[in-house]
Amino acid sequence: MMKQYGKGALHIHTRKEMVDLVVADGHARGIVARDLISGEITSHEADVVVLATGGYSNVYYLSTNAMTSNCSAIWRAYRKGAWLANPSFAQIHPTCVPRTGRHQSKLTLMSESLRNDGRVWVPDQAGDKRPPEQIPEAERDYYLERIYPSFGNLVPRDVASRNAKAQCDAGKGVGGNGQAVYLDFREALERLGHQVVEEKYGNIFDMYRQITDENPYETPMKIYPAAHYTMGGLWVDYDLMSNIPGLFVLGEANFSDHGANRLGASALMQGLADGYFIAPYTIQNYLVEHHHDQFSSAQTSFRDDTQAAEHRYQSFISNRGENLSEQFHHQLGSVMWNHVGMERSAPGLRQAIADLQQLATDFQGQVRVPGRTNDLNEQLEKAARIEDFIALGELMARDALNREESCGAHFRVEYQTEEHEARRNDEQFACVSVWQNQEATVPLNLQEPLVFRAVTPQTRSYT
Amino acid sequence: MKLKLKIWRQASKETQGALRTYELDGVEPDDSFLEMLDQLNQQLAATGEEPVAFDHDCREGICGMCSLVINGTPHSRVSGVTTCQTYMRHFRDGDTIVVEPFRAAAFPVIKDLVVDRSALDEIIAAGGYISVKTGHAQDANDLLISKEVVDLSMDAASCIGCGACIAACRNASAMLFIAAKTTHLGVLPQGDIEQPTRVLNMIRKADELGFGSCSNELVCEAVCPKGISVSNIARMNRTYLAAALASRKA
Ligand SMILES: Cc1cc2nc3c(=O)[nH]c(=O)nc-3n(C[C@H](O)[C@H](O)[C@H](O)COP(=O)(O)OP(=O)(O)OC[C@H]3O[C@@H](n4cnc5c(N)ncnc54)[C@H](O)[C@@H]3O)c2cc1C
Ligand code: FES
Repeated sequence: MMKQYGKGALHIHTRKEMVDLVVADGHARGIVARDLISGEITSHEADVVVLATGGYSNVYYLSTNAMTSNCSAIWRAYRKGAWLANPSFAQIHPTCVPRTGRHQSKLTLMSESLRNDGRVWVPDQAGDKRPPEQIPEAERDYYLERIYPSFGNLVPRDVASRNAKAQCDAGKGVGGNGQAVYLDFREALERLGHQVVEEKYGNIFDMYRQITDENPYETPMKIYPAAHYTMGGLWVDYDLMSNIPGLFVLGEANFSDHGANRLGASALMQGLADGYFIAPYTIQNYLVEHHHDQFSSAQTSFRDDTQAAEHRYQSFISNRGENLSEQFHHQLGSVMWNHVGMERSAPGLRQAIADLQQLATDFQGQVRVPGRTNDLNEQLEKAARIEDFIALGELMARDALNREESCGAHFRVEYQTEEHEARRNDEQFACVSVWQNQEATVPLNLQEPLVFRAVTPQTRSYT
Repeated sequence: MKLKLKIWRQASKETQGALRTYELDGVEPDDSFLEMLDQLNQQLAATGEEPVAFDHDCREGICGMCSLVINGTPHSRVSGVTTCQTYMRHFRDGDTIVVEPFRAAAFPVIKDLVVDRSALDEIIAAGGYISVKTGHAQDANDLLISKEVVDLSMDAASCIGCGACIAACRNASAMLFIAAKTTHLGVLPQGDIEQPTRVLNMIRKADELGFGSCSNELVCEAVCPKGISVSNIARMNRTYLAAALASRKA
């Protein structure tokens, strides 16, 4: 890409953000963007629009995603008629550095590979506050090895995460706030030696030490699950085109490859596949047929959408509210984590929908955005993103409530086996759950059936 | 912790900036430096004052966005970490902390602590890529590369392009940055063919953009949050000399 840029074949607009998708006569025709330095709102016409705007884990407030990672591009496209698929499928990664302070702004992922050699445990007794070194072997519960003898510490992400939460909920969590479990390398250090462990995990251990001020060569790491990846996203066909002709969606922003539970390392593979092997060809096919298209409503659409965006940003500034968007983001995160997180239940999800509707109303009336529109203003950028996140959160809760089964990362407490495994309902829910926006009423749910020809889905079992 | 902060405030590229002093209480040792600034910004916004603009994104040392000069050192005096990985436990209650933007002629201040580092993009566009077109996947063992070479390339690839090396250098030289990029790409067989032109073009581009030349101050290596070694500069210089001579002959 940088080579093409160097040749002048493409322009890069750094510090510019897409704030709306422009649709004319049912086709994607361009975008409205905001310059993050001058605040200028501009529109850009195009034959196709490609969104590769990433995932929406920041809906949980704390996640492993970058701070500016957000859902606005896909949410604005959804508002313009693009379908959102499986929005509730979100992956909570088991090996993250636990939350420590109340000012914590994000969570850091410790590589998955650590579970190859680290052993996960908690004290046998709830409330045991002794430091780990003082807890004898007989009083430790290596719960993953105990519950899943054949997979042990290598169970899939959702299983590892849910079990960590269960241990902490039972009062066995460790660390200051009881929201962590140990990941212990003592056995690996004895078996492999310091040097081998350092070669394999040295930089991760260093990173852990920088963050926590604890040395994992000497004392067990503490880990806790964190929101990490969103399998849901804009619906696309095999050409990676959404239901709006001319709108292509690549990478984590689409819903396409990972079903209800992404496996390790596959997100980057998807990025490569989408970007190198699929989109260059399918977009060309589309262009061959459509590059002469003229849309009669284009001019009005661009004018209306640009004005709407200007108005939206201006109204954030003129709002005379009390609270910064940060506070709303906190509240949103707590609703999502508690009710639309690792375990979901019908009453919890109903509560979440009600809470988020209230939060959306409160946000409109009470948000306060300092500064000006025509300036670099991070608070203003944030306000627009949080407004979209709150609305997306509600749709995630709706989707989770609608899917009356457990599958992959979506775990409904009502639907589990005696071993606390996901109980699927393939008769009713072997489908992609697709949502279509309705401006005045609740969104419409459509189902795209999943047809399995070569294999039939089985209930998984790790015990 | 209670802190006194002296922070560079500058409304825009065109205006003059100055250090302003703020008091901040309630900071915890486990807060990161940027979380400390978040708290200051909450406090400022609550009192109607404009929050301090600063760059950040991943907050875990991999994206290269954070770019503060803390008490005179890019990314602070804690070695081997970025600003976002600097924790308040490295400071003491009652400390005065001076926070400024990265400074270099090629990095103009956009606002407060935010600088424009797109000059680094221009250097990359001059050669920081491999021109091999993707097509069919190769057989896994077609191209054998020794572990030493892989490690050399990987270590160089850990450069996150933050620009601390440039901000620390009194010549504002980009040589460590370019050396990291050219080693990362050029020691591998896929990138070897273009290496002479890559090195030439990237260095020429840097000159053109107003980055200074290298006079072996070595401070770049000292502040690099990723520990990129200056030996990469020596490697690049050899290629540069040979390429410059060859291009003169041609
Ligand atoms: C800490 C961490 C570690 C990971 N490790 C692995 C791993 O080891 N293996 C693996 O396979 N996957 C991993 N993943 C997942 C993987 O990295 C992501 O899924 C992948 O990078 C997503 O790529 P993307 O190009 O779709 O989106 P992103 O890389 O998120 O890029 C989206 C881009 O769009 C920009 N953007 C967003 N909205 C707008 C807008 N409105 N206007 C303009 N620009 C916008 C963003 O700024 C960003 O630059 C990891 C993820 C994290 C967070
Ligand atoms: S914010 Fe990404 S490196 Fe600091």
